[in-house]
Amino acid sequence: MQAAPTFKPAEAIWRVRLQLFWRGLKSSWAMFAESKIGLTGLGIIIFFAIFGALWPAYPWLMERLAWTPEELEAARNVPYGAISSIYQVYDPVTGYDPLIPGIENPTPPSRRHPLGTNQFGRDILAQLMASTSSEFMLGVLAALITVFIGTFIGAITAYYGGFVDTFFMRVADVFILFPLVSFLIVLGSMIELTLIKLAFVLGILYGFGQITVILKSQALAVKVKPYIEAAKVAGGSHFHVIFRHIIPNLLPLSFLYMMFNVTGAIFSEAALSFFGLLPGIKVSWGIMIDSAHSGGYILGGRSFQNWWLWMPPGIAITLLCSAFYLVGRGLDEVVNPRLRKR
Amino acid sequence: MALQTQTKTETLVRVENLRMLYPVSTGIFARARSFIHAVDDVSFDIKRGEIFGLIGESGCGKTTTGKLLVRLITPTSGHIYLRVTQDPSTDSQGEQFVDIATLEGRALKEFRRNVQMIFQDPYESLNPRMTIFDIVSEPLSIHGIGSVYEREERVAELLSLVGLTPPESFLFRYPHELSGGQRQRVAIARAMILNPSFIVADEPTSMLDVSIRTGVMNLMLDLREEFGISYLYITHDLAVARYMCDRIAVMYLGKIVELGPTEEVIQNPLHPYTRALISAVPIPDPTVERQPIEIKGGVSKPIDPPPRCRFYERCPIATERCAQSDHPPLEDKGHGHFAACYEI
Repeated sequence: MQAAPTFKPAEAIWRVRLQLFWRGLKSSWAMFAESKIGLTGLGIIIFFAIFGALWPAYPWLMERLAWTPEELEAARNVPYGAISSIYQVYDPVTGYDPLIPGIENPTPPSRRHPLGTNQFGRDILAQLMASTSSEFMLGVLAALITVFIGTFIGAITAYYGGFVDTFFMRVADVFILFPLVSFLIVLGSMIELTLIKLAFVLGILYGFGQITVILKSQALAVKVKPYIEAAKVAGGSHFHVIFRHIIPNLLPLSFLYMMFNVTGAIFSEAALSFFGLLPGIKVSWGIMIDSAHSGGYILGGRSFQNWWLWMPPGIAITLLCSAFYLVGRGLDEVVNPRLRKR
Repeated sequence: MALQTQTKTETLVRVENLRMLYPVSTGIFARARSFIHAVDDVSFDIKRGEIFGLIGESGCGKTTTGKLLVRLITPTSGHIYLRVTQDPSTDSQGEQFVDIATLEGRALKEFRRNVQMIFQDPYESLNPRMTIFDIVSEPLSIHGIGSVYEREERVAELLSLVGLTPPESFLFRYPHELSGGQRQRVAIARAMILNPSFIVADEPTSMLDVSIRTGVMNLMLDLREEFGISYLYITHDLAVARYMCDRIAVMYLGKIVELGPTEEVIQNPLHPYTRALISAVPIPDPTVERQPIEIKGGVSKPIDPPPRCRFYERCPIATERCAQSDHPPLEDKGHGHFAACYEI
């Protein structure tokens, strides 16, 4: 019973691993693609990603599609001399259309402003597009931080138990019961909350709360598996067991909760911006609704007369939030075999 | 039927007065007053190349004993001496006994090269997110042995050794792609990769189909033949114990009640508990009438057991003496056959 005569590896190990990774990705995708809600969510996310990515092309597109040569000529000649592009002097996010008298704003959707302008003459579509990438960044960054903290703390509390467990679970209780809005009001008055800072604050606030408890319960189920004992018998350190065995088995669930947390973060930003609590963020979907509100356009039964002011950002927030949620639901069926139909 | 091919004279593992008490928790701040005597004053020794069986019903402490021997848990008291080579270049003259019961840190990690464990459930003992190569080579990477290519070669060697051929077709598959028997072979390969001198096998075949059990058991016997590995073979199946083990010890509530050569114990059981255990094995012949041995009640938990024979409540031959005296010590009844009973 001697070993096989000089084993020759067929391929380099990294190549095999890459293939395995690719194969795993493909089979996960096959499972994910079976759920219609997951695909719907993914479709919406891709739509918004393209929508946001088109923002740099907005002036180029609008000059060719929406503005007639006469209008361009007129706009160029109004206050300035000859310039190559109207958008050199007209920033659609913060400026106003030189051809529309200020008194007429807000104007309803028109050819040059497909979603209308707000009371300051700012183009709604431009604001919507300009905000998309930052909404994505905020949501994904906050969710990444949340899940990073949750996975790490969850694995550690489950593995060590005892004092560590009690300590982080009481911390989680505090964070779950935390009055988020009041805290952010105070924090917003102390420091200027930019997008990145807000992402970190939201990530940390969510990370130590619910997600730690959820991932800890999963880690507890992993911790008692015999392969953990096998690793210990082989001499594996605590570090080895946590990072090689426990965390890899938590990652699918972490990824799932990341999707739900993106929803939470975008929604929180919108709510806080609406209350005007985030002066550090110059343009976002929440701020668009806030400016419509503070201009008095969605009060006193006038909301539907000025629908283009609040409906586009409202729909965008709802769609993007639900899209990440739907992807989460679709992933749920990949991660939890019990939910699979077969 | 155990294979008696090698001269087994050299003691590899010596267990002395091993004791594991688990506190019965009464609250966070209260000190535990009661203890479960999971393993209570157990002593035995295992020779090089010997398969030592540990049998008994559920909850008698066999698995705890196994975990103590690989130091997954630290014993409350007692000693486990293992003969280890101090310097890999010297031969057996350079070996000496080391008490592994109190090892810590680096010394403990070094010791773990010598002792491995095979678990009961092949479906749970392999990490589902790791490939067979990663699983089998894990001990190598923990101990930092070899480069990736040397490891791959060694894993392939081990896989063909345990009968997973050709190894290339198994290296980069996941456990869920393998059958139960194949998984247990992978677990055996993982246990073998550090060339241990001693393996604790915790009911390695009880979760497998009957049809593939013999294959796995024969593999373990072959490995013993080839590498002179000693096993502590934990099982509740007397037939398996008879097939595999050179000597067996019968455990009851944390105590060894009978110990001896397998055939001797099974043909000529002395302790009333062993007799009851053996009489419970069905005989595949409907015409055989067998007088069952009467024992009363069911197995209880050994929480603060009173100082008398552990088997007193259920014993058909118990007398005053068994109630008055402490649990009887293991006594030699001839031919290396030990039993812990005052009445035989």
